[in-house]
Amino acid sequence: MKERTIQLEVLRYNPDTDTEARFQRYEVVCQEEWVVLDALNKIKADIDPTLNYRWSCHMAVCGSCGMMINGEPKLSCHAFLRDYEGVIRVEPLAHFPVERDLVTAPDDFMEKLKRVKPYVIPKEKKPISEGEYKQTPAQLMKFRQYSMCINCMLCYAACPEYGLDPEFVGPAALTLAHRYNQDSRDGGRLARQEVVATHEGVWTCTFVGACSEVCPAHVDPASALQQMKITSSIDWIVEHLIPGGKSARDTVSREDAGDIS
Amino acid sequence: MSRKPLVRECPPTTWYFRQPRYLRYMSREITSVFVGAYCVLLVVGLQRLAAGPAAWEAFLLGLRSADSIVFHLLALAATFYHAATWFNATQKAMPIQVGEDFVPGNIISGAHYVAWAVLSVVVLFLAGVF
Repeated sequence: MKERTIQLEVLRYNPDTDTEARFQRYEVVCQEEWVVLDALNKIKADIDPTLNYRWSCHMAVCGSCGMMINGEPKLSCHAFLRDYEGVIRVEPLAHFPVERDLVTAPDDFMEKLKRVKPYVIPKEKKPISEGEYKQTPAQLMKFRQYSMCINCMLCYAACPEYGLDPEFVGPAALTLAHRYNQDSRDGGRLARQEVVATHEGVWTCTFVGACSEVCPAHVDPASALQQMKITSSIDWIVEHLIPGGKSARDTVSREDAGDIS
Repeated sequence: MSRKPLVRECPPTTWYFRQPRYLRYMSREITSVFVGAYCVLLVVGLQRLAAGPAAWEAFLLGLRSADSIVFHLLALAATFYHAATWFNATQKAMPIQVGEDFVPGNIISGAHYVAWAVLSVVVLFLAGVF
């Protein structure tokens, strides 16, 4: 097996001793087919056990090992060393507070995820004895790609709007709102509009499109957000410009919306 | 153990130098300045037309100046770029599902280019070019 010596420049931050972050350079002997995560594991095992980072599955499924690799948000288990030349710079995901070294605090994302009610709110409740809620393959395809999100937060690290305005609900959470809005079994769109159709919701998005370019699961958040802008605009037109048009907010009560919080 | 997370600010005025895709985005956005400037020019033209024949002739003469021609060429290039980025984006904003499949994105964008060409011919026809 072919070996290659790689230089990694890794951002280090120890909250117990440091007031700011610094880069530390490591020289690692790597196998040709390794990914950046393998190199980090080698550093941790053989060179510097104090290095901190998150990972789990090593197959681009769990979404734990997101990092900035040469300034680009990537899953480190999906970033092959053979695709890089020279020193590889590894930093924690941009736009999130750094907990320690490459570990970021996902609290803000988790809170936003909850706010969009990312679960099916049945249109009509029916007893289990009446059987399952059925769906055709075409109805499934309407939202399937948006259900592929692995919550890796690369889209947040890619989104300059989120970096500049942390109030922005952001690509992944809003895309999940769209995923459930598009589900034929769901009746919760109007309840989600309280988060979606706001300044911090879809209207902070300026369609940079970086979210879709970096998504390792081939979800297209930029598409989801633009579609929600269109439906939100239609809601506004119905509410304000059509005589007798009902306000989206007036037609929903928290109880009807199936608020389980 | 207490937490002391480090916040690394996104530089508010230089963030778009961080990635080439941000520069592409900014170049798309900046073209709207030319689109806006050209709209202002049209409004000024209308105002000159309303002011009488002498004012209108002077406005037309101004349009023939070298500065004006350079501005128009720049505005034309910027508007082409702006339109192309917009049309390419339509496939994301307006996906069309037929049965279980989605219409390929380039057909949706392509339809916008065709509509653009047809409308341009109609405008040129109404302007008496043909």
